[in-house]
This record gives sequence, C-alpha cells and structure tokens, in this order.
Amino acid sequence: MNEAKSATGIGASVKRKEDVRFITGSGCYTDDINQPGQSHAAFLRSPYARARIESIDASAALEIEGVIAVLTGADMVADGLGDIPCGWLVKQKDGSDMVSAPHPPMAATQTNYVGEPYGVVIADTLAAARLGMEAVLTDFTELDAIVDLATVRDSEQIHEGVEGNLAFDWELGEREATEAALASAAHVTRLDLTNNRLIPNAMEPRAALGIFDKVSGEHTLYTTSQNPHLARLVLSAFVQIAPEHKLRIVAPDVGGGFGSKIFIYAEETAVIWAARKVGRPVKWTADRSESFLADAHGRDHITHAELGTDEEGRFVALKVQTTANLGAYLSTFGSAVPTYLYGTLMAGQYSTPNIYVEVQGVYTNTAPVDAYRGAGRPEATYVVERIVETAARELGRDPVELRRLNMIKPDQFPYETPVALVYDTGNYEASLAKALVHADYAGFAERRAAAAAEGKRRGIGLACYIEACGLAPSNLAIQLGAQVGLYESGEIRVNPTGSVTVFTGSHSHGQGHETTFAQVVSDKLGIPFEDVEVVHGDTGRVEFGLGTYGSRSLAVGGSALIRAAEKLITKGRRIAAHMLEAEVDAVEFIDGDFLVKDSNQSLSFAEIAFAAYVPANYPEDLEPGFSEKAFYDPENFTYPAGTHIAEVEVDVDTGVVELKQFVAVDDFGNVINPMIVTGQVHGGVAQGAGQALLEQAIYDEFGQLVTGSYMDYCMPRADDVPDFTVDTTVTPCTHNPLGVKGCGEAGAIGSPAAIMNAVTDAVGDNSISMPATSEKVWRALR
Amino acid sequence: MYRFNYHKPSSIEEAVSLFNSSDDGFYLSGGQTLIPTLKLGLASPVDIIDLSNIEALHGISVDSGLVSIGAFTRHAEVAEHPEIRRVLPVLSHLAGRIGDGQVRNLGTMGGSVANSDPAADYPAAVIGLGATIHTGKRTISGDDYFKDLFETALEPGEIITRIDYPIPDRAAYRKFPNPASRYAVVGVLVADFAGAIRVGVTGAGPCAFRATGIEAVLNQNLDPDALKVVDLPDAGFNSDLHASAEYRAHLVKVMAERAVTDILAL
Repeated sequence: MNEAKSATGIGASVKRKEDVRFITGSGCYTDDINQPGQSHAAFLRSPYARARIESIDASAALEIEGVIAVLTGADMVADGLGDIPCGWLVKQKDGSDMVSAPHPPMAATQTNYVGEPYGVVIADTLAAARLGMEAVLTDFTELDAIVDLATVRDSEQIHEGVEGNLAFDWELGEREATEAALASAAHVTRLDLTNNRLIPNAMEPRAALGIFDKVSGEHTLYTTSQNPHLARLVLSAFVQIAPEHKLRIVAPDVGGGFGSKIFIYAEETAVIWAARKVGRPVKWTADRSESFLADAHGRDHITHAELGTDEEGRFVALKVQTTANLGAYLSTFGSAVPTYLYGTLMAGQYSTPNIYVEVQGVYTNTAPVDAYRGAGRPEATYVVERIVETAARELGRDPVELRRLNMIKPDQFPYETPVALVYDTGNYEASLAKALVHADYAGFAERRAAAAAEGKRRGIGLACYIEACGLAPSNLAIQLGAQVGLYESGEIRVNPTGSVTVFTGSHSHGQGHETTFAQVVSDKLGIPFEDVEVVHGDTGRVEFGLGTYGSRSLAVGGSALIRAAEKLITKGRRIAAHMLEAEVDAVEFIDGDFLVKDSNQSLSFAEIAFAAYVPANYPEDLEPGFSEKAFYDPENFTYPAGTHIAEVEVDVDTGVVELKQFVAVDDFGNVINPMIVTGQVHGGVAQGAGQALLEQAIYDEFGQLVTGSYMDYCMPRADDVPDFTVDTTVTPCTHNPLGVKGCGEAGAIGSPAAIMNAVTDAVGDNSISMPATSEKVWRALR
Repeated sequence: MYRFNYHKPSSIEEAVSLFNSSDDGFYLSGGQTLIPTLKLGLASPVDIIDLSNIEALHGISVDSGLVSIGAFTRHAEVAEHPEIRRVLPVLSHLAGRIGDGQVRNLGTMGGSVANSDPAADYPAAVIGLGATIHTGKRTISGDDYFKDLFETALEPGEIITRIDYPIPDRAAYRKFPNPASRYAVVGVLVADFAGAIRVGVTGAGPCAFRATGIEAVLNQNLDPDALKVVDLPDAGFNSDLHASAEYRAHLVKVMAERAVTDILAL
C-alpha cells in the first residue's frame, strides 16, 4: 500500500464526508424532492411477454377524481419523439452492422416483455394515478412468448427485420489458428457454462421528477442517473424531448446503481415529456415490483468453451462460443457488454497464444439485459477461471501451479493479448502468492479432513481474474462502435479565499466521490481537505461528463482533476513569479506553497488565489481569475487484477453450501482511500456470492417473471457471507497521473468463479450451475 | 391499496358483529400477511377490523403442564418471554426464528395460525405439541385444526382467542429456511411426552400435519439413525422453484433427525 502523506491525503482512510447525511437519514434523493402543483405518474405495463396492442380505452380512467391525463406510446409517436438508441454499434462477423430493433420509450403497437410500459396515467395523487391505471381497458392479442435461449433462433421472429431473433453474430480473435491449435493440443478441456440472469436491486429504486417551465421553455429532470449528461445528450439528440440547452438533468443523492441506472429508460423519458404535456411537474418512483420487472437485468449467457494444453500444461488455445440474451430491446450498452467487455477479457492473466470468441446476441421476450456490476468481465472471468480449474483437475495438476505456469510474467509488460487489449502492467504472481498465504492454502488439506470427520465436504477454489476499467481511449472505442466519447471532465474553481469547488462529470451513487476526490485535490494542491467541495450529478452545474460505470471515476475523472490542478499550478507559478519578482522557472509549488528556489520567499495557495481575483500586483499578460478545467481522455484501459480464493463447506444431508472463507487480494494500482476500497471489495464480493449461491431471475415459458419479489429472488444478506479477508498489491497504472486502476467491480468479477470452483471441488461434480442452491447440490451428491 | 373502513373494536362480540355486518370484512392482527396483500392490490376489503384492542386476546399464563398464550401475542414476546423460555423453550426458539426482527415485532401467533400459511412456523408447534385452539365460542384440537392450503377449521368470522400448549418433557424444532423469504421450506417439531412422541411438520405440505410414520418409528426408538430407514412419500407435498416435493420429503427426514439429536442432547 502506498503511504499517505497526511491524515486526509492520498492513501489515507478518511471517513466519508457523505456518510453523515446518509446514515442520519438526511440525504436528498429524487423522491425527496417535491414541487408545487406536482402530479404523479403510474405506468401502464404489459401483462404479457409478447402482445399486440389492439386498443386502449381510457375513458373510465379519465372519470376518476384526480386523474389528469392518460398518455400512451402512440401519443409519444404522434408528438414526434424518437426511439431510445443503443449506445454501441457492434459490427458482425461479415462486417455488417448489428440489427437494432426500434426501442420506443413506450410501446405503441406491440409489447415485448412483461412490465414494458405502454402508457402512463397522470393524476393529482399517486393513489388516483394507480386507480386510473387499473381503470384503463387495454385490448391485447397475446402472442407466443420467446424466452428459451436454446430455441430462440428457430422461434417466431419478435421484431420485424430481425431474422432468427439475432441482433448480432460477433467474433474476436483468430478462428483458424485457434481451431488448429486445439486440434493439435495434447489435451482439450471442454466445458458448458450458464451465467445466470441477475436483477440489480439497487437499494433506491429508480425515480424521476419532470418539471417544465413554460415561461423559459426549460425542462428539468431530477432522476436516479449514473450519468446525467449522457442522459441529457440522448434525450435531446435522439429522443428529441427538448434542445440540450433547454434540458437540465439533476441526479441528486442516488442510492446505488450497479449499472442499472446508466441506461435511458422509458419512465424517466415519459415523465419529462408528460410534464410539458400536462403543464405540471410529474413525479414517478418505482415500487420494488416495477424494479424487478423493468430495470435492465444482468448476465444471462450460455457458453461452450474449449481450452487446449500442451504436454507441459501450457495453454495453447481457448475457444469460446456464447449465446447472450439481450432481452426484448438493445438497452444503452446492451450490445457492448457481451462483446467488447467480454470477449476482450478471454486472455485473463495468461499468455494463451490463440484465442477465439464468438457471441450471438439474441432478442427474447424478457426485460432488456445490460451492464450490471462487472458487465461482461464477470462472465469472461467465469469462463476462463472455471475452465482453467477444470483443466487442472483433468490433468491432475495443482490448480495454483497450473495457473502460475501460464501467467503473464512481470517482465512481459506491456503485454498484447490475442483479443485486442494491451495490458500495461501487473504482477499476477504477487497477488496469487499473497492470497495463498491469507487463505492458508497449505493448510487446506487439514481443514478438509476436519470437515470430513464431521460429515461435511470442504472445497477450495481460486479465481485469478483480470478486468478492464476506464473504457478507453475515445477514438478506439468509437472505431469499435461506441457512440459516445469516453473521456471525463474535471474543473477546479478556486474561490478568492483559497477554498475550492471541484466539479466532476463522474457521478457518485455510493462510491464516495465527495471524499476521495477531495483527498486527491487537497493532496495535489496542498490545501486542507475541508476546503474542498465536490459537485457532481447536475448538468446545470457541471459542464459535461460521461458519468460513472466500469470503475472509471477515479482513473478517468480523478485524472481530469489532476490535469486541471496542474493547470492551476502553472498559472499560480506565473502569478507568484510576478509578485515575488522571480523567473517563472524559479518558482516551485510544494505542499501548497509557491516558493522561489534558493530563497526564503514564498506565497501560499490562498494568497495566489486572492491575487488572481484582486489583481493589484499581477502579470499584464495574464487573465484574472483562478479556475481551470480539463478533459482527460485515457490512452488505454486500466487493468485491475488479483486472486480471489473461496472456501466452502457443504452439508451433505441438505446440500447447503456455506461460504466459510473468502480472500481477495487485488491490484488496484495506487489506492486513494483504503477504507473505501475495502468497502467496495466487500460489496462486490457479496454480490458475487449472491450470483454464485443465491440469485437467479427466472421467467416461465409464458415470459412471466417468477422471481418478481424478495420472497423468491434471493439477495445475499449479511449472514450469508463470512468476514472477508481483503488485501492489495500495487503495480501503479502506467498511463494515468494517479497510477490508479479502479476497484468498483473487482469483487463481483472474481468471486463467482472462485466460489463455484470451491463448490464443485467440494461436491466433486463440475456440472453444478449458478446459483448453487441446496437442492442442486443435494442432487449432485446423491 | 384501496379505500376501506377501519374499525377497532374492544371486544370479541363487537368484532364478530362488525364482521357479520360487513360485505367483505377482514380481521387485522399483526398484519404481516394482510398488509402486503393490500399493498399489492391482491385484496380489497370493505372493512378492516383491527383486533389489537381486544383485552381477551392478550396475556400469557404458565400453569403446571400448560402454557396459554393470547392470540395477539407478538412473535418477539414469545421468543423473549422468560417463563416460556423456562418451561417451553422450543416455542421461544421457534418464535425467535420467524421471518426477521421486524416481522417478529409485529406478527402475532393468532394471525399466523388463523392464516395457516403452508410455510409458517407456528403450525408445526400447534401440531407437534398437541395444542388446543380456543376461539370465542369453542375449543378445537390442534390435530383437527389445519385442513388445507390457507384453510382451517375456523368458521367465517371466528376469532382465535388463545392457544394452549401442553408442556412436553423435551422437544426440539428444526427449520430449513427458504434462503430468500426465510419462511420454512420445511420445519419439524419433535416432542416427547413421557415417551409418547409427536412430530409436527410445516412447509412440506399444503398445511401443517402430524408425521405419523416418523412418530411410529421414534416411539419404538428415539434415535436419529432410526429414521434413516423411514420411507416418507412425497405425494401431495409442495413443489416450487425453491424445493421439489422429493427434496422437501428428504428435508423432513433430515430435520426430524436433527430435532431428535437435539432432544437427546437436552
């Protein structure tokens, strides 16, 4: 761990500023905001997975006291609103564009998943809106639901123009070379895997409050967004709700996102449109049932993988074939997640020379599937680390030794993989070695024997994961199909008294930006931590930004702030040189003071700030004021990596799996706030444990969501997980000024594979799928 | 949730009279089933009759051989009551594992037994301990009380006032919780009354029942290993995404074995 130079500087476990309001119940979330004359929205949602809308009769609803309007998808079309675009255009194997079915904000003619909005009732009160919703008579013609991934390609076509329900058939890597290497491999390990469908379940459900000021023509949308500027761009340029300069989007306190609040959804779009139509502010807050049905889901792959090894156990080739369920429509990043955030990670930590990945993205009559904590990388890690562990078992090799043999060595960096990435730095064996010590790997046999003496089966499993964070650089990503840039903005406004207000285009919905970013800026400028205020999540205050996802905030957003700080220091040196009658080159900036070399002359940061705003003694050729901004476009991804080790015990009588121990040793590069990083890992691992052992979204054959509440969808709780052992190793990122890599997703990326490797080790059956429920394990044990 | 009339009677007679005069009346006890049902719009009663103010439904008394508990007693009270913990610890243990803390602070014994959710815990105790259910007008033997899925011997409008639990020499309850809801996938209560064994099972079937086959074996030999040979048919058992009927039948045996092990360790 890097050493902190002060109690609040980089490297210090500063308690989170924002927690005072969060834990005292005084945060301000979207639903806490109210407007005079506010009305309420209740959405009409499809009860069918696939149905034609024949007619909508709202007359009875409109007679209910308090109901103001019933607006439908057809009304949106009539108003000229556009479809919600997919933010990443994937090219298929044959070079053609993916087939993107139109995604109307609200269905106008046909609904394609249970819970899909096709209209909205606006009323004085929420109760009246709900009564109105129930009074709307909609005549549907139900069509056969297409939900089964195994038969979706041969089923009826869901969208016009989308043959075989195939959105894209995508590939990466060299097919021929990979197949040839597999054909001549000494051993080939084959594995079929399912990556279970998950429902994100942020603590705060989605919410929106739309306000239209008819005098100024300004639209304001308060909403639960991880990226308000991106939402504004899409709602202006594509959906055409309002011109960008007449639309302000504010994401105030947001209670968790995990990816699910990146996307542009129907409800938020409808609320701001409806506010203008009815001439009153419109508020909507999802209830938990709506969250289950209509938040974008995560994962949902079926995969066949083959790993070839030579006589020594060196990996010679990996071939991966995946069918990815995209749901009914391509959500904002629905196409990128199972392709560029998945196939590119198939090298893992290993120097496998031949890799080929093909992914078929298919439409089904289920909720759209998009990024969920890890987004493609947990799925990739699951493939790589399950098949590596399986190969070790088949070859009779120690899984640690087999991994070590194949790992990319520290002197091989920068390392170019066969799947389009260049890893800048890493030391995978260091994380592995440290994790083995924490896990007392050497003592496992003894623990296994002790468990066996009590009639229990104990298993251990590793995952040596890699991920790619801070998606970048913009020009490459745009070449690959991204429809937006991937830089971030940062601005530091210095007040005349020397305190600063920091504006970031990234967004905190639990990550702790207000603390971490204040640490970065106070450390860099040598000013007190308390003198730094961080502003985010408001297009009216922050110039531009791309928000928070993919563990990008610090690596990209933090780097932008460093660049802005550097500009301030440069300007400050000129001011100081003038005031101290020295050459600019002779002025140094050290710990908050501008000093003239080899003299005792200095001016503090605050004195320079004051001089910039009260320019009495000031360089003639310099503008007054002390405020700088920067857009930072990274030159590469960052590559956090590490080793996770899980140990489980299986009750053979019931099949219950207990997670006994979990060790995570991660290389996140430099760490700004170790406490926050540890918390991020804890949360991620708990989510990964949920995926491995508890969580599964299930649709029945009619496309009805069976797991539509917490009674049936099992979220992990505190008593489902042990105390985690969390540690780090550090190889600083080579290409960003902080040397940071990102830590938000790693916990959820490494843990499912580690836990399933442990479960299958304990049970002695490699076919158990996630979640490893007690009945599945019991059946495997019989 | 829809509009309804709210009543808070102070006697059984008044409550029953309100019920009888309503087109669609619902009694409200702890509300742990009814309130979520209302919120989801799955019920739309005309009248809600809140039973909390009826003195006759409150109170706990412990006599020789019998624990008598008022129907409105919350789960948390049963879990923490010093006298119940002393003379009938199995019931406190069971109550302390219902749902979560919030459910236990509001949910009531009478509400749970009247509702007869197939996955509720108390029915295992009613059966396993051979309890007697008192209503405003009669007593019903626990063995005759549970009829089917959410169906009991209660007549429309009939209110459980108290439940009397005989005190066994020793007893244990083992529950296999649903990991999501923490309801019982199966729950088995085994009680030893001077060598006569009773086994109450919840979660496995449409309603709680006595596992007479298991009782017969344990009456011969109160030993967990004795159950290994028992063939417990799963006919009529519940089957859902959390557990098949076959798995439930297996779990009943495992929970029974563990309850017997617990008993022998007492």
